[in-house]
Amino acid sequence: MKILVLLSQVPDTTARIAFTNGDTQYDGNGVTFIMNPYDEWYALVRALELKEAKGSGTVTTITVGGSDTEATIRKGLAIGADEAVRIDAQPTDALQVAELIAAYAKDKGFDLVMAGKETIDHNGGVVGAMVAELLDMPYVPLASKLDVRGDTATVERDVPGGVEVVEVKLPLALSAAKGMAEQRIPNMRGIMAARTKPLQVVAATPVTNAGGTAKFELPPAKGAVKMILAEEAGKLIELLHSEAKVI
Amino acid sequence: MSTIVFIDTRGEKLPKAAQEAVTYASKLAGGPVTAITFGDAQGLEALGASGAKKVVVARSVKALDSQQLTKLVCDVAAAEGATTIVCVHDATGKAVAPRVAARLKAGLVAGATGMPEGNRFRRNVFSGKAFAYVEVSSAVKVVSLSPNSIPIAKTENSASVEDFSGDLGTARITVKELRKAGTGVPLAEAEIVVSAGRGMKGPEHWAPVEELAQLLGGATACSRPVADMHWRPHHEHVGQTGVAIRPNCYIAIGISGAIQHLAGVNQSKVIAVINKDPEAPFFKAADYGIVGDAFEILPKLIEAAKKLNAER
Ligand SMILES: Cc1cc2nc3c(=O)[nH]c(=O)nc-3n(C[C@H](O)[C@H](O)[C@H](O)COP(=O)(O)OP(=O)(O)OC[C@H]3O[C@@H](n4cnc5c(N)ncnc54)[C@H](O)[C@@H]3O)c2cc1C
Repeated sequence: MKILVLLSQVPDTTARIAFTNGDTQYDGNGVTFIMNPYDEWYALVRALELKEAKGSGTVTTITVGGSDTEATIRKGLAIGADEAVRIDAQPTDALQVAELIAAYAKDKGFDLVMAGKETIDHNGGVVGAMVAELLDMPYVPLASKLDVRGDTATVERDVPGGVEVVEVKLPLALSAAKGMAEQRIPNMRGIMAARTKPLQVVAATPVTNAGGTAKFELPPAKGAVKMILAEEAGKLIELLHSEAKVI
Repeated sequence: MSTIVFIDTRGEKLPKAAQEAVTYASKLAGGPVTAITFGDAQGLEALGASGAKKVVVARSVKALDSQQLTKLVCDVAAAEGATTIVCVHDATGKAVAPRVAARLKAGLVAGATGMPEGNRFRRNVFSGKAFAYVEVSSAVKVVSLSPNSIPIAKTENSASVEDFSGDLGTARITVKELRKAGTGVPLAEAEIVVSAGRGMKGPEHWAPVEELAQLLGGATACSRPVADMHWRPHHEHVGQTGVAIRPNCYIAIGISGAIQHLAGVNQSKVIAVINKDPEAPFFKAADYGIVGDAFEILPKLIEAAKKLNAER
């Protein structure tokens, strides 16, 4: 089984959010970058578990980014991926990223393409589905469980009001959400092995330019909190009704 | 120039998010639009009230097969010469909108939070800590709308309903089982959410949380440790790793307000926080706050909610 895991690099969860270049770019100055948590904990770890359970197969990670993403990519190898691909381009837009990944993956015969449910910076959650379309694969969004028997995958996903269990013949693309797997901390052996695992750098292919983010903005500062005495707690309901008008 | 809207109308009644998307599409178009859906929903004429002139239904598609649905949307888009395609930014829209965009080489606004300003669509980024203004430059654009972003239009109009007769190929996804959870208001659509955290001490103490939510016509939610400890079902978990919600009113009880929790709720219109610790970080993100013991405060809130309901 050949598995491709989409891996992106994002600012740390608690990083300061600021913009530069006339508010057109995230200001990464002094910020720690990490592997996108959903790509790491859910997609990558489940991919490794499936491969281990089967005792064969390969897990390849793919990242669109500059050479500054290589430490993050090596971490993926340290956690257990067999090989990594970096497409040498600055990611600007979901369609661009998806087209680059699809152009690489096209004739490689991947059985499974796994993305995290979204990145914690752009929060789009759409690259996986775009890649699925470009590779003509079925796609299951927000999967919380995945098992593969023979050439059939069983996937669970949360839907409004319950859990849906679906069956799909491989190849399949999906986005992975909570429930898929637990975080894995790379051990010393993994970190050593990662140094010599293949990290292939691929040149970017031409892509569609359909626009993108023209400007970022920080939300207005929150006004002061209005405190209500515990003894008069019922007043909260009155204020939410008559002042805030939200209930 | 024409606008179409793709919605998921499965379920007992017309989903709120679907009506919002139809309203949005018809506001963008400046007039009634064609809506597209699938499955065996009845009563689709009612979508006329929020701005549909015609509803095209693919009855043969029962499951969320994103390939069949993408073909459906693209076929209708071609027939109508659509230049704007609206979807809902929910589990259905997230599977279909990006596929349609990739197929048509169209720019996608993933999760618009309101009407565009000029040609700029606003969306939330950095887990609600910033906004991005997206400009689409392709001839066709796809916009998926975040739930709770627009009030539903209500007119006297009714839509015509027609079955889609084209070929959508065979389904590649089969639904084996649907395990139903609670029947309350779906969390993503709820305008009022009553949420509780580890401060509630144990699952046996949730009755007043549920009662308050029910009295206010809202949904219940919880923090991550509460779901991890199985005090509450997983679909109630809000935050960075759980569901991100944008209700009009979020009432947080016994939740500290960690940054990962706030990431999923900070776009709520009004936030009320109840915590016994005056230093709890959540108060910094709150509009209203009460310092006190949840077990003493909840009965007071319930009493006040009953009084309010009796008056209206
Ligand atoms: C990568 C990552 C992702 C995460 N994702 C999420 C996420 O998606 N969602 C999420 O919620 N968390 C998430 N977390 C966890 C988060 O950091 C917090 O640990 C969690 O939100 C705390 O939950 P809590 O507020 O219920 O519990 P606690 O932090 O234990 O807070 C309980 C609060 O209740 C108050 N309290 C106690 N007793 C009472 C009482 N009788 N009356 C009133 N108040 C009382 C306390 O003062 C305290 O503020 C994540 C963490 C990490 C590292």
